[in-house]
Amino acid sequence: MSTKRQPLSTGSAWTFELIDTYDREIGRIAESFGLDTYPNQIEVIRSDQMLDAYASIGMPIGYNHWSFGKHFVDVERSYQSGAMGLAYEIVINSNPCISYLMEENTMTMQALVIAHACYGHNSFFKGNYLFRTWTDASAIIDYLLFARNYVASCEERYGVTEVEKILDSCHALMHYGVDRYKRPYPISAEEEKRRQAERAEYVQRNINDLWRTLPKARAVDEEEKVCFPEEPEENLLYFVEKHAPLLEPWQREIVRIVRKVAQYFYPQRQTQVMNEGWASFWHYTLLNRLYDEGLVTDGFMMEFLASHTAVLFQPGFDHPGYSGINPYALGFAIYSDLKRMCEHPTDEDREWFPDIAGASWLEVLPGAMRDFKDESFIQQFLSPKVMRDFRLFGILDDDADSEIEVRAIHDYNGYRRVRELLASQYNLGDREPNIQVTRVNLRGDRSLTLRHTQHERRPLSDSTDEVLKHLHRLWGFPVLLESTWQDEVVGTHRCPAQEAGQDAA
Amino acid sequence: MSYIVDRRLNAKNKNTVNRQRFLERYKKRIKKAVSDAVDSRSITDMDRGEEVSIPAEDVSEPVFHHGSGGRRSVVHPGNREFVQGDRIQRPEGGSGGGGGDGDASNSGDGQDEFVFQLTQEEFLEFLFDDLALPNLTKRALKGNASYKYEHAGFTHDGVPAKLSVLRSMKAAKARRIALSGESRRLLKAAEAKLEEAQQQGDEFTSRRLLQEIELLRRRIGRVPFLDTNDLRYNLHLKRPVPTSQAVMFCLMDVSGSMDQQIKDIAKRFYLLLYMFLKRHYERTEIVFIRHHTVAKEVDEQEFFYSRETGGTVVSSALKLMKEVIAARYSPNEWNIYGAQASDGDNWNDDSPICRKILEEDLLPLVQYFAYVEITKRNHQALWREYERVAARYPETFAQRQITDVGDIFPVFHDLFQKRDAA
Repeated sequence: MSTKRQPLSTGSAWTFELIDTYDREIGRIAESFGLDTYPNQIEVIRSDQMLDAYASIGMPIGYNHWSFGKHFVDVERSYQSGAMGLAYEIVINSNPCISYLMEENTMTMQALVIAHACYGHNSFFKGNYLFRTWTDASAIIDYLLFARNYVASCEERYGVTEVEKILDSCHALMHYGVDRYKRPYPISAEEEKRRQAERAEYVQRNINDLWRTLPKARAVDEEEKVCFPEEPEENLLYFVEKHAPLLEPWQREIVRIVRKVAQYFYPQRQTQVMNEGWASFWHYTLLNRLYDEGLVTDGFMMEFLASHTAVLFQPGFDHPGYSGINPYALGFAIYSDLKRMCEHPTDEDREWFPDIAGASWLEVLPGAMRDFKDESFIQQFLSPKVMRDFRLFGILDDDADSEIEVRAIHDYNGYRRVRELLASQYNLGDREPNIQVTRVNLRGDRSLTLRHTQHERRPLSDSTDEVLKHLHRLWGFPVLLESTWQDEVVGTHRCPAQEAGQDAA
Repeated sequence: MSYIVDRRLNAKNKNTVNRQRFLERYKKRIKKAVSDAVDSRSITDMDRGEEVSIPAEDVSEPVFHHGSGGRRSVVHPGNREFVQGDRIQRPEGGSGGGGGDGDASNSGDGQDEFVFQLTQEEFLEFLFDDLALPNLTKRALKGNASYKYEHAGFTHDGVPAKLSVLRSMKAAKARRIALSGESRRLLKAAEAKLEEAQQQGDEFTSRRLLQEIELLRRRIGRVPFLDTNDLRYNLHLKRPVPTSQAVMFCLMDVSGSMDQQIKDIAKRFYLLLYMFLKRHYERTEIVFIRHHTVAKEVDEQEFFYSRETGGTVVSSALKLMKEVIAARYSPNEWNIYGAQASDGDNWNDDSPICRKILEEDLLPLVQYFAYVEITKRNHQALWREYERVAARYPETFAQRQITDVGDIFPVFHDLFQKRDAA
């Protein structure tokens, strides 16, 4: 340990030189820990620009839509009335990795954000398999620019209202616009532009073919066999883009844009705990190392730790401020505990994690970051100690039962159960209703049938009919949604609404 | 490897378009909220933004969700007293809530209103959205009496005061380069040759070259540094600008019968009118005239708050207005608006005089004259006289009755409603 402290700065004011110095020092330490990152682009912005960034759900360039305006006025009001502070960082999964520093922050906070976003999140984006498989960091900015310009040109040609209608409908189905298992082709703005016209024409022709009404010579025996789609399709927007009979080519293109954006955000939705935990673990580790090297002052550390603990605070379920498990806290705890198990394993760790106890943490942690998503990460690495620290307990709320049952708590009998429950809580497949396209009536009214397979008997919410209206707008013909539980249809929604007797349960 | 970029000077309000689209989409609801707000607001803070709330379900963006019901397993932190197998009473307000999703924004229920802040600009925009100034065209067409000087490029001649130094020096430099370019090139070549010759010790060539150089230098020197041709002058042109200033005359009866409540109503009406005019004109002035039996021009404070007693002679105020216009506000340069508030009391013999002054002297000068009678009682002579004026000059004169605070905005709205061009 160095005996003499030679801090990089002592005051709280920041300058561009200081940011540069801190970034270089933090980068040096990050490299010594083997963090692999994209180059960083650090942008200093004002707080009102941060509000803008907020409202655009983290897209640095977005097409125009009223819903972003709605988010904006909402965020703006809660910020101005003091109900909400601004998160001090937004980071964008692109290459170079863009992160925003707010002008109002102190030097300590800037250093914290640099460590958290520019090295923590950045290395996660570069390393995690989901991001590697599903998103193309180098192409996203170009693609978003293409999307923005395309939407704008459509607005010019077809009118803002028309475009807005399509976007509204697409947004309603956005979460059902992702391929969950199939790897998408890498997107490229160049390519998109070049092939756009070509594709528009080709697709339009194909669709017409599907709906061909000219009589064929020998069509009689095939009549009954036509079953379309052959396999259920879970990507509703994809299905609409390719097969909706009445959409214009530009409308298909917009559907495609929303689909691509949804796909880009899909990994982020699946790695909240891991991503935030990883970034928090690294800002903590990196800044502590800075302190150990004598590069920052005690005051710096006090300010940093105050902010760190505030972000990582996990209120209990009966706390008035409780709003679920804090992904920062949970992720940080799991990564920190992994490190602890490597360095100071206990007998319990040796029993539960024989491979990890005593291993090198610099090998274990990157592995735990690279190859998992929230669900599998928790299933794999949530240790009894973390469960005890959080005092986790799992309950079952069954509407057929008059009371809630505590199924497992943080004790020897319950560890596995709690871990399983928590993991499935992060399973997007369970969190969102499972809805797929099963049938299109090709020879009749061209109606589209969706099937909702209930999970744990959970029904759809009241907004379902509204969403169906949007799907109906895209599809152009009647849309039917069947809700099934154990292969029995227990409820139906349809749009346009038909016989009043067929009401959903 | 990091790049640090300063984006603080970038354009702000990237979301302006989105924001406007949002407002446009919910225009009807916001407008209702805005006009409700006008009625409930106090006088002084009319001129600021407004918190607007509209039902949350109207602005919701629906997606497929799980509804309540079914079997729902949730893990919570912070256990203190539970053990496995405990059974707990279901808390009020349904199942464990959206909390379990680890998604803090999942607050589907609980908030029924979507609340947000309109800026002052937007507030007024909605407030005056479908209102228009009557007779705006008249003045815009004939009132081109004022002029403005505008920069219109450069010329070769002008007065010394308008000399553009930068342009002149630029021209001079260009001319010098053009006129001496060939000589300079030769000079350069000769100098190079001279050096060569001197190194070789060629006396004869050196001397010849020296002479040549001398000649070239003199030729270059003869090109003048600054020539009359180079001078450039700023050119300004006189352009007519449409008159865009307005004056608003507030006339109010302050006799004993006008109590503070009536004055407050009048004040709100004046305030709306003032804000409305301010949006249309670069400059808006106000003249306050109060009267009982005699009229007097006063400042705002005195206009609204001092009380006097006595009878009422309305024509005195109209006369004073006419005098003020003649003295200070030429109708060629000013758009003149009149707003008169009263409880309807007047000296009986005076009402016909008022009509005469209005018809003969004031209405030809003003853009618009509005009379509001703030009373719950029956109309008196003044109203009946004014009715005759309104019948003859429907374009420029209007009168309305206000009975309580809630009427102010509707009446104002009614007076300034957009009409089809006559």
